[in-house]
Amino acid sequence: MYDTGSTAFMLVCTMLVLFMTPGLAFFYGGLARRKNVVNTMLMCFAAIGIVGLAWVAAGWSFAYGGDGSLSWFGGLDQLGLSGLVDGMLGEAADVPADATYPSVVDVCFQMAFAMITAAIVTGSVAGRMRFGAVSAFLVVWVLVVYAPLAHMVWGGEGSLIGDVIGALDFAGGDVVHISSGVTGLILCLALGARSDFGLRSSRPHNVPFVALGAGLLWLGWFGFNGGSEFAADGVAALAILNTAVSSAAGLVSWILVERVATGKPTLVGACTGLVAGLVVVTPGAGFVEPWAAVVMGLVVSPVCYLAISRLKARFGYDDALDAFGCHGVGGILGGLLTGLFCVPELSWTGAGGLLYTGDPSLLASQVAGIAVTLAIVVVLDLLIVGVVRLAFGGRLRVTDHEEALGLDVSEHGESAYPTFNGLDA
Amino acid sequence: MKRIAAIVRPEKLVELKAALDGAGVRGMTVYEVMGCGSQRGWSEYVRGNEVMLSMIPKVKLELVAPDDQVDDLIDLVCDTALTGEVGDGKIFVTAVEECVRIRTRERGEAAL
Repeated sequence: MYDTGSTAFMLVCTMLVLFMTPGLAFFYGGLARRKNVVNTMLMCFAAIGIVGLAWVAAGWSFAYGGDGSLSWFGGLDQLGLSGLVDGMLGEAADVPADATYPSVVDVCFQMAFAMITAAIVTGSVAGRMRFGAVSAFLVVWVLVVYAPLAHMVWGGEGSLIGDVIGALDFAGGDVVHISSGVTGLILCLALGARSDFGLRSSRPHNVPFVALGAGLLWLGWFGFNGGSEFAADGVAALAILNTAVSSAAGLVSWILVERVATGKPTLVGACTGLVAGLVVVTPGAGFVEPWAAVVMGLVVSPVCYLAISRLKARFGYDDALDAFGCHGVGGILGGLLTGLFCVPELSWTGAGGLLYTGDPSLLASQVAGIAVTLAIVVVLDLLIVGVVRLAFGGRLRVTDHEEALGLDVSEHGESAYPTFNGLDA
Repeated sequence: MKRIAAIVRPEKLVELKAALDGAGVRGMTVYEVMGCGSQRGWSEYVRGNEVMLSMIPKVKLELVAPDDQVDDLIDLVCDTALTGEVGDGKIFVTAVEECVRIRTRERGEAAL
């Protein structure tokens, strides 16, 4: 007999996570310039389409197929989700003793994760990357980087990062945030800056869209972190509570930083702090106490603020909507802090945080897990960028003229606000 | 007849409209405009990054008045739109050849 409570909970969490990607489209769309809104939002929606297909075709199998004997890859036995329905029917007749819910739930839950991860990447390339090139990149990326990385972290016994290295990642610090943020950084370096970057930083064209998107992400994140317990139990509730308090703390600390640094708290800043708080608690959501989640949220905003306002200016990379500054930096910080704050009794590996045990071995594992993630992502990203660049005749970017026109018109022939001045002309 | 085109601070519009109504002005046209002058932009902060804005939003208010009222109206606009800071705006006065009220086909000052 399945645990119907957990099954229902996981189905709801799946839908919440699916809802995050349209939410991110609004978050990014609001931050974008008026001439690039359609392109920015479409890149997120395209991630839903592209990853949906890639996940059915091979992504699930690459991540969670096989017999679990490989440390870095699932298998090829479930391409096209073959055997899924037979398996489901077989399970229904004879429920495995260790199953809390039908395994088909997991296929969709994990697909939702792959979608939002791919969509996060697009924030770095806003305003200049050819739509075909970014689409092609994401197809390959989900199969070559995301799916194997998910296996390495969450593949259970024998998996490279989760088991051999022993790094803890409750809901996707390595798999989702570091991988997408760092990929964003690689892409924006490969593309080069927008032509007017530094001369004229762009203002968000629609701040209420940013707030709407942040709100949708906030809601979806409870499914993301809560569902990563894979059962409707106390740890799931703890993960949801930690998610709420860390994001609350991130919002407050971002506003305080702004108050000190520029004199005025902003709504875009509050939303950014909220999301940074969500990111930082993701790797530790079910491992830490609420006070630690508060600390994580309080710390993440100043760090991300520095990354976005100082690091970006210093090194001149045009991470347009701050996928790296928010997700990459916040994800790394969250992984490290999990190594400090993990309650030993809650740990998947039995290794507790430095603060509880005085033993730095978990922190060392976290550092190693992050380092391996970074190495894998950077190397594979560079290869994929090279291949996609070749496939697109060396042109990943739109022309300068198209960039000046805006990608909405040049790439899509569609403008976001044709009746902006009130006339249906 | 003269057209008085006053480019002023947006926050002064309500006050200015009330003052002009009080002075018996019967009609005006208002535009939201962007522009630059000796007030060289201002900055906002987006996630800690300073964003310089060189084109500043202003309001352009146009009205056409009989010649003998023009000086009084200019004084009124100046008094009302004044803050004393750079960026208070400018007034341009040009001659208007003709005015026609479409409904009645009245012409000249009678149509104002």
